[in-house]
Amino acid sequence: MKTLAADSAQKTNQGKIINDFSIQVATVNGSGSQSSNTVLMRSIFQMGIPVSGKNLFPSNIAGLPTWFTIRVNKDGWVARKKEIDILVAMNPQTAIDDVKALRPGAICVSPVELNLNKIRDDVQHYLVPFTELAAQASDNIKLRKLLTNMIYVGVVAELLDIDQAEIDVAIGRQFEGKGKAIDLNLAAAAKGREWTKANLKKEDAYYVERMNKTAGKIIIDGNAAAALGCLFAGATVVTWYPITPSSSLCETLSDYMEEYRVDKKTGKASYAIIQAEDEIAALGMALGAGWAGARSMTSTSGPGISLMGEFTGLGYFAEIPTVIFDVQRVGPSTGMPTRTAQADLISAYQLSHGDTKHIVLLPGSVEECYSLALEAFDLAERFQTPVFVLSDLDLGMNNWMSDPFKYPEKPMDRGKVLDKDQLEKLGKFERYRDVDGDGIPYRTLPGTDHPLAAYFTRGSGHNEKAAYTEKSEDYINLMERLDKKYQTARKYVPKPVLHLSKDAKVGIVAFGSSDPAILESVDQLKSASMPVSYLRVKALPFTEELRKFVEQHDRVYVVEQNRDRQMRDLITLEMPDLATKLKSIRHYNGLPVDARSVTDAILEQER
Amino acid sequence: MVDAVVKPQGTPAPKTNRIGLTLADYKGAPSTLCDGCGHDAITSQIIKACYDLGVSPHMVAKMSGIGCSSKTPAYFLSQAHGFNSVHGRMPSVATGVAMANKNLQILAVSGDGDTASIGLGQFCHIVRRNVPMVYLVENNGVYGLTKGQFSATAEKGAKLKSGVQNELQSIDLCGLAIELGCGFVGRSFAGDPKQLVALLKAAMSHKGTAVLDVISPCVTFNNHEGSTKSYKYAKEHEIPLHELGYVPFFEQITVDYEPGSVQEVAMHDGSKLTLKKTERNYDPTNREKAAATIVEANQNKQFLTGLLYIDESKNSFTDVMHLEDHPLATLPAEQTRPGKEVLQEIMKSLM
Ligand SMILES: Cc1ncc(C[n+]2csc(CCOP(=O)(O)OP(=O)(O)O)c2C)c(N)n1
Ligand code: SF4
Ligand SMILES: [Mg+2]
Repeated sequence: MKTLAADSAQKTNQGKIINDFSIQVATVNGSGSQSSNTVLMRSIFQMGIPVSGKNLFPSNIAGLPTWFTIRVNKDGWVARKKEIDILVAMNPQTAIDDVKALRPGAICVSPVELNLNKIRDDVQHYLVPFTELAAQASDNIKLRKLLTNMIYVGVVAELLDIDQAEIDVAIGRQFEGKGKAIDLNLAAAAKGREWTKANLKKEDAYYVERMNKTAGKIIIDGNAAAALGCLFAGATVVTWYPITPSSSLCETLSDYMEEYRVDKKTGKASYAIIQAEDEIAALGMALGAGWAGARSMTSTSGPGISLMGEFTGLGYFAEIPTVIFDVQRVGPSTGMPTRTAQADLISAYQLSHGDTKHIVLLPGSVEECYSLALEAFDLAERFQTPVFVLSDLDLGMNNWMSDPFKYPEKPMDRGKVLDKDQLEKLGKFERYRDVDGDGIPYRTLPGTDHPLAAYFTRGSGHNEKAAYTEKSEDYINLMERLDKKYQTARKYVPKPVLHLSKDAKVGIVAFGSSDPAILESVDQLKSASMPVSYLRVKALPFTEELRKFVEQHDRVYVVEQNRDRQMRDLITLEMPDLATKLKSIRHYNGLPVDARSVTDAILEQER
Repeated sequence: MVDAVVKPQGTPAPKTNRIGLTLADYKGAPSTLCDGCGHDAITSQIIKACYDLGVSPHMVAKMSGIGCSSKTPAYFLSQAHGFNSVHGRMPSVATGVAMANKNLQILAVSGDGDTASIGLGQFCHIVRRNVPMVYLVENNGVYGLTKGQFSATAEKGAKLKSGVQNELQSIDLCGLAIELGCGFVGRSFAGDPKQLVALLKAAMSHKGTAVLDVISPCVTFNNHEGSTKSYKYAKEHEIPLHELGYVPFFEQITVDYEPGSVQEVAMHDGSKLTLKKTERNYDPTNREKAAATIVEANQNKQFLTGLLYIDESKNSFTDVMHLEDHPLATLPAEQTRPGKEVLQEIMKSLM
């Protein structure tokens, strides 16, 4: 049998390609295909095989094309794969383009009436009478549409040899508590499977085979993971305004809060979640709450970040803790709301007029969406300042495999807050005085019953006693202290993740959701006899490890998902003396970065 | 009252209120506003109201936006935390404060520019949510701090010092508040301290958002002939809807009135508001009537003051949110960080 593998890395085993391919399902949004795709992905996961799923969806409620891609990879690579191996072309609107985009030798499952075999004969076609099968599955026209989705699951399951028992489990889980839906979907999947068994001859090399690589792992999206971080961080005031791709963060948090943070006896909540009238108000509320001592947060995406500029400056200047999640999407303006990017880096870092720079955390996995959310609240209260967590659509809205999250070991760090007794003992309180030499002053909360407690917060010039001032020396004193505080933060923010390769002359620096693609690229480069080291930045301000890394390597490729080389520029500003070592690789087409593109770009420049 | 006791030699101990504080204890930093500014007159009445009520300063959060008016929280209650936020966005900050610590008494000052222009959206939403607070608008019809441009509350036909005439309709914040379902709406005048102090006290006894629109002349930019927000104009045109009296919950005073001449309103904290009727026979508990009265007064260029509308039965935002009794800000970690078993349970459900 002829090998149809596109990627030379795809290993064949007696002509079989096992657990190493990608499936793309093309459907129409609002057609209910999300459930079927989840079932498909989950059943492979349940077979112990590493998977990742990415939903490429339109900014629309129903009727526009959407693609769901599942990557199956025995080695655990979970980044987007550039080539599609198996296409399920269910959407007549895009079917022709979809099939044209395939590489020769790929697989195409499609409804027979689309005649896709007439478009190309160099792909392996499986033509399925979906309409007929759906008609057999139900008399109800509306239901037929939904069930068609589960029929393709059955077809693919049979072709790839996915365990029926796992499909059944996944369906049971997907429609939990809805007995009738479970039965209908089970029957539809079985129908697809049986028809395939009876009518199609397997003429491709792709198979799944049970492994043991997902036991004990969870599947979760980054927004839900961040929500869990906020839940366990003890967030008490949460504000938001709906926006893709960030909405599900606060919506999921709201579900968790209702479940776990309402006193079962009294019905009273240990939190307030407010859907604000806009993002300006959302951040205003978060700052008011942070000022009064609550662990507060808000979550948004690019357009919201733009609106939050003035208040962010107030938070920085008046020194008020809060956490701002930015689940990035493609900008500027409305941009492409359902595509991913890392292009808010500089705007978040310096948000507001005047001299400002913020602590920015850069989660690179769903686990870090959780753990950095926890960390963000501690940092915000320690440093009395807004802290950004920059996630993105790829991380936030797609499903990822992960080890289970760990319960926080550290107690919460509520920062330098003086209570009544401490005030009494100190006999003195100046809100903006650098008592400890680390640039971080002490604060008090409204409601503190002590004559020394009160102070006046303002976004206008203020001296150490929080009194209004327009004196140059007071302003400089304050700005220098704020800078000192920022320098102190370098020692507190999460350190970068280092993957050093022996003898590597070339380094890669990346951040956030690029991580899985970079890890895979490092592996690909190694196979191409080019050892590279990799440093993943987890926070701004930079820590000393970054400088060391750049010094250690001859050339450093900064890989990022934006046009303007924002990370490269920030590193250049940080270490101008090393600037000539920095090269840039950009990927900003709205799709998550893939390993092959990075590998090729580096090889091209290195050879 | 005649002081019959012969005082001992030396300086007499200053008078104190029910929690042992003097009037001076309710003062703030010296004002930096123009001499004679209406805002300072209002500040004095805030100080008096808080003193009379025996408010604990540390339980007050003073909030404001940006403007001359928004500077005033620095000039009263220096023993209370204050927050001079950004232009037009005080309501959101106050909402956050109310959520973080529901025991605080929020005393917010804004201007007509701060509220009726840049902050109109946030004003509407705070009223809609009914966040417990006193929302005081020091209304001078101009942007004082940026040197006297018209604000959106300037009446059509009003003239700037330069002679420029306002061609646009004004926004009536009281009418708007009533439309938005506000449970406490009052209008007063910086030059009518007696009425103002009673309204302030009543507003502080209200459990939702209490909106007070107080005409507060800007002596520098809007106190001239042709202004409809000048001292002279307001004095000449003020028509009080009633004579206001306020009996705090800690004073059990009964006064005899002629039957039918006084309407009493019980505030939720046990205080009592007495409204001595004028020939108008105005009833501030009738929402439709209140709205119609405002429209009519504006048409007839009348300046009506007093309690325009009151409804003590509305749920406040803190009620709606079912918050823990203890302020969220200082809940112990045991109450805000669920246990290890919760995380394990969630992780299991994701496997
Ligand atoms: C975003 C923003 N835009 C503009 C200004 C400039 N500004 C400061 S105060 C003010 C108007 C204040 O008017 P008002 O609220 O009526 O207060 P007053 O000074 O009359 O008491 C303006 C426009 C600002 N501070 N912020
Ligand atoms: S400019 Fe007007 S509003 Fe501002 S302080 Fe002077 S008198 Fe008052
Ligand atoms: Mg004004």
